[in-house]
Amino acid sequence: MFERELVIVGGGPAGMEAATSAHKSGVRDILLLERDQYLGGILNQCIHPGFGIEHFKEVLTGPEYADRVIKQVTSMPEIEVSLRSFAVHLTKDKVLTFMKPGILENVKAKALIMATGCRERTREMIHIPGTRPAGVFPAGLAQKLINIEGFLPGKEVVIVGSGDIGLIMARRFLLEGAKVKAVIEIQKKSRGLLRNIVQCIDDFDIPMYFSHKVSNIYGRNRVEKVSVIKVDDDFNELADSYFEIECDTVLISVGLIPENELIEMAGVEIDKKTNTPITEEVNKTSIPGLFVCGNSFKVYDIADSVSRDSAIAGELAAEYLRSLK
Amino acid sequence: MIRKLTCIECPAGCALLVEVESGKVVGITGNNCPKGEKYAITEVESPVRVLTSTVLTEGLPLKTIPVRTDAPIPKASLFKAMEEIRKIRIKKPLHVGNVITKNLAGSGANLIATRECLADQGSATQTI
Ligand SMILES: Cc1cc2nc3c(=O)[nH]c(=O)nc-3n(C[C@H](O)[C@H](O)[C@H](O)COP(=O)(O)OP(=O)(O)OC[C@H]3O[C@@H](n4cnc5c(N)ncnc54)[C@H](O)[C@@H]3O)c2cc1C
Ligand code: SF4
Repeated sequence: MFERELVIVGGGPAGMEAATSAHKSGVRDILLLERDQYLGGILNQCIHPGFGIEHFKEVLTGPEYADRVIKQVTSMPEIEVSLRSFAVHLTKDKVLTFMKPGILENVKAKALIMATGCRERTREMIHIPGTRPAGVFPAGLAQKLINIEGFLPGKEVVIVGSGDIGLIMARRFLLEGAKVKAVIEIQKKSRGLLRNIVQCIDDFDIPMYFSHKVSNIYGRNRVEKVSVIKVDDDFNELADSYFEIECDTVLISVGLIPENELIEMAGVEIDKKTNTPITEEVNKTSIPGLFVCGNSFKVYDIADSVSRDSAIAGELAAEYLRSLK
Repeated sequence: MIRKLTCIECPAGCALLVEVESGKVVGITGNNCPKGEKYAITEVESPVRVLTSTVLTEGLPLKTIPVRTDAPIPKASLFKAMEEIRKIRIKKPLHVGNVITKNLAGSGANLIATRECLADQGSATQTI
């Protein structure tokens, strides 16, 4: 086991901003762990524009936003970046265990910032009945397959839920030559940003059904079709509105859940509904010296706000470390 | 004629009411900043979009490089531009902002890289 002043888990915009801000506040011994082989987090797969308007006063794509923050982090030699480093265990005394290719390491952190982001809600969480064929993807996973792996996972797509990721993926599939047959939203209006409705859905005349739900997914090996049904204000199904759509792919875009299993393991009080730490103050938890920032603190709409609030986490950690001396 | 538009220049998504006479904008309300006005005029008179996509690589650590046009291009040319983008293979390392294709699909805009890709990403590329 070795000891570090400040350990940060997660190399997305949140973890990187916390690192540079702690550095600016005087912390000189910082270890930043990222499980992927690159820094940048989810921004690397968000290739569309719409980032940085507040933070950089410029319209950037996700990778461009990430690039700027990465250059800041790597320009500070006191920030040690450890890639392919997967944090797997955490105690209340801030002893963190992480895996690197071939080794398991334990580090005792004087202060710790968790910036592990979100994972996607899945089909299981919204209970769509039917068979379990291949071709049902969380929208963000499809985004990764297309934008990072260069692989188009379907040709005829139905999107469940109108979250921003789903809307953005509708346009992405379409531009790549797939057919987007419908976006099905159970609520009366979209959960996504208006600008995404305009430029991802309306621009391409994609049919959008509000107050509708996918009632079943059919298919043996691969998705073959879905059935769709209208619902009333109390979400009761209106039987005579039933129709079917043939497709080979269903994207699920029904929101994100903060990734907080490690701090829960350490004994931090967690709100079970939102899966976020119970706290009155931004980035703080019930364990002193253990902070959470970015999408794991709460689900943010835009990366700019993640950067803004994560800078506070770096300052809080610096302040806490000073208080120990 | 009054057209209802949503400004897409920033996440605020202002609802614009645009007065149009024979294809030209004569009045705009609802915008919270001057960008909304500019957006309404182009959207009515000749709609354009920034195109983002990815291109495939050969022999580089990243399988794809994200790209965008360095200026908005006519909405009508998006699919033609995509056809050109699909043919591209990147074989040399590049930096953010490097031009990949000049004058993409005759749009006047260039296609540029939005992510860095070095030949050797150091320890980042070791395999287990
Ligand atoms: C599809 C999509 C579209 C979006 N569009 C926009 C937009 O148009 N404009 C905008 O401003 N914002 C947008 N956002 C939001 C913005 O991208 C996010 O809010 C922001 O990236 C969150 O940053 P983060 O650092 O908290 O999380 P992430 O970027 O998810 O980073 C978390 C990092 O932690 C790492 N990690 C997790 N667990 C561990 C572990 N146990 N050990 C080691 N490392 C770990 C992950 O690998 C990841 O790199 C979008 C988000 C998505 C998903
Ligand atoms: S008018 Fe200005 S504030 Fe409103 S959406 Fe457009 S750019 Fe944003």
